[in-house]
Amino acid sequence: MNYKNLLGLRDLSAEEIQEILTTAHLMRPVMESPNKKITYLMGKNILTLFYESSTRTRVSFELAAKYLGATTTNVSVATSSVNKGESLIDTVRTLQSMGVDIVIMRHPMTGAPKLLADHIEAKVINAGDGINEHPTQALLDLYTIERHKGRIKDLKVVIAGDILHSRVARSNIWGLTKMGARVVVAGPSTLIPKKIEKMGVEVFQDIKKAVVDADVVMALRMQKERQESGLFPSLREYQHYFGIDEGVLSYAKPEVLLMHPGPVNRGIEITSDIMEGPHSTIEEQVTNGVAIRMALLYLMTRGGDKQ
Amino acid sequence: MKKLLITGGRVLDPKSNRDGIFDILVEEGKIKAIEENIALEDVPRIEAQALWVMPGLIDMHVHLREPGFEHKETIKSGTKSAAAGGFTTIACMPNTQPVVDQASLVEYIQIKAQREGFVKVRPIGAISKGLQGEELAPMGEMMDAGAVAFSDDGNPVVSSSLMKKALEYASMWKAVIISHCEEPSLSKGGLMNEGEMSTILGMQGIPSAAEEIMVARDIALARYTGCRVHIAHVSTAAGVELIRRAKRQGVAITAEATPHHFSLTDRAVEGYDADTKVNPPLRTQEDVEAVLKGLQDGTIDVIATDHAPHHRDEKKQEYKLAPFGIVGLETALPLAITHLIRKNILSPLQLVEKMSLHPARILNLSAGTLQVGQEADITIIDPQAEKKIDKNQLYSQGRNTPFHGQSLYGQVLYTIVDGIVVKNLEWIEKGE
Ligand SMILES: [Zn+2]
Repeated sequence: MNYKNLLGLRDLSAEEIQEILTTAHLMRPVMESPNKKITYLMGKNILTLFYESSTRTRVSFELAAKYLGATTTNVSVATSSVNKGESLIDTVRTLQSMGVDIVIMRHPMTGAPKLLADHIEAKVINAGDGINEHPTQALLDLYTIERHKGRIKDLKVVIAGDILHSRVARSNIWGLTKMGARVVVAGPSTLIPKKIEKMGVEVFQDIKKAVVDADVVMALRMQKERQESGLFPSLREYQHYFGIDEGVLSYAKPEVLLMHPGPVNRGIEITSDIMEGPHSTIEEQVTNGVAIRMALLYLMTRGGDKQ
Repeated sequence: MKKLLITGGRVLDPKSNRDGIFDILVEEGKIKAIEENIALEDVPRIEAQALWVMPGLIDMHVHLREPGFEHKETIKSGTKSAAAGGFTTIACMPNTQPVVDQASLVEYIQIKAQREGFVKVRPIGAISKGLQGEELAPMGEMMDAGAVAFSDDGNPVVSSSLMKKALEYASMWKAVIISHCEEPSLSKGGLMNEGEMSTILGMQGIPSAAEEIMVARDIALARYTGCRVHIAHVSTAAGVELIRRAKRQGVAITAEATPHHFSLTDRAVEGYDADTKVNPPLRTQEDVEAVLKGLQDGTIDVIATDHAPHHRDEKKQEYKLAPFGIVGLETALPLAITHLIRKNILSPLQLVEKMSLHPARILNLSAGTLQVGQEADITIIDPQAEKKIDKNQLYSQGRNTPFHGQSLYGQVLYTIVDGIVVKNLEWIEKGE
């Protein structure tokens, strides 16, 4: 892989993705050992720079860094101050002078990690940018699928919900299609991006038809503010047409995996029953997230300063 | 008596349908003679063999930023950029601070331009007070002070009722209303054209329907009132088609396209460089082809730059935070030569129509032609010269161009305003 940055799965090849998944597998014993610390990243300075709050993602990165022996610092910037105040470039310069090795950035605007990467010596990991990509979430999803199914190629994966605003969906589409999966998206037509077929996916408006013979069903978080901006009439109506329950899941293969990037609106995207049922990988996804992030940090520093 | 002789150039004057090798004698700021052979000794001369001699280019859509945003551009730097690009007259949009919505500001710009400018500046007044879209600005007084047209460019006139009144009112002074066609509820939040590329890049899109709807509305209002509308920066296939049909039906409508909309698609946005962020956005290949067709068949009358300089720190931001706009004065002619002339979309005479004669007609200026007695506004170019665009060498203060590093044909060698060479290989600095 390109050891400099991880900005999105769009930039990675199938081989590079596979390398990350395989490395994640090697990281699990470290996580599972009683003394969770190796010294691989000893002396490295890792900064999480979050312009948007996400305790889940930030803590996952921090733990991954700490298990590998790095020092971590967290900087949170309120979203409201992005529009005024210090420019991203100025922030970058400040960080630069503090001697940071890797910056992990979450930002509400598409392309911000690219801008950061273009102006900083340190390596950059995108922890979610605008409606564009959330590559580490998709990698942990791929890893979870691979652990259960032994492969990704030729699996049918259904992604359901707000595809338009979901960076998780977009990174998963890039990753899954590159790894040879058949990807189907389903959601209200107002929440399906224009010409998404060009990304190599099929579009369904009927969730049951979409789910037929699926190996994996991935539900996305639905946000109330989309309703307020007129993209769908009500959460109740969304739940009626696109919510995933036992009935919908029965159209899929018997061994189907049920995934969700969390946090779940219980009873809206998926019912509590199936969320806690045997198909659900939701808790395991969180665990795998740490392994994936350890793998990335390892791979990105392994090559020394190779770029 | 100040004289200048231009010899042996290919003289292009669409108004008289002249396209041939002629000598031109300039005297006291006016064209004194155009003949096959003017034998005169001891007169400063420009040898124009293998060069094109054209009426000075006119850009009817420029943002000069002064007053109010002098860190982006000033009248001085903007007119210097215009002269470098071969323009002898530019019309500037009123979205400054304060907004040009009264006679005193129209006068201010002209005085400033006379004092510091390199080329002629004709202010465009606001349609509505403060560009607020609520009350009509005093168009009559602004016309008397020298305004040549009216526009709220940057903002669409959302109220159809106000737009109708503006058309009717401006027609008393035979002035044209220049419309920025954008349906804001559709374009809100959008950063680039909505379509395959916005989906691939993960950016909120601006649908082409946002332009189409307003073009359709303004055609309806022009038809209904019988008054003149000029559609600024048309960028969509649907917009071009609406204008084509309206013209066939005799509606008093004209239109312009920018060089970036006929030479780039939304694929340029890949890489998230905010120098590609412009409104209306760069569109698809299909739209670009429609704009080219529109230029070719006369649906689009004018090439205008929508020159929109910004400070480099403003563009060096997250794509979403960066302002819309790219600079255009110095790249317009090379882009036209490269994409229109060398690809046989337009003949040289048609190019001069769109970059000089038509804008002059639309703005009621006595310019845009090379004829005896006419003010000597002349542009001389080498259509064969190839040059790499370097954003760090622009005369504009703005560095925001997506054409940096591109090699283009066509170089402006002389820009002559009222018989005075304001631009040649060495600058003749006015007031310096
Ligand atoms: Zn405009």
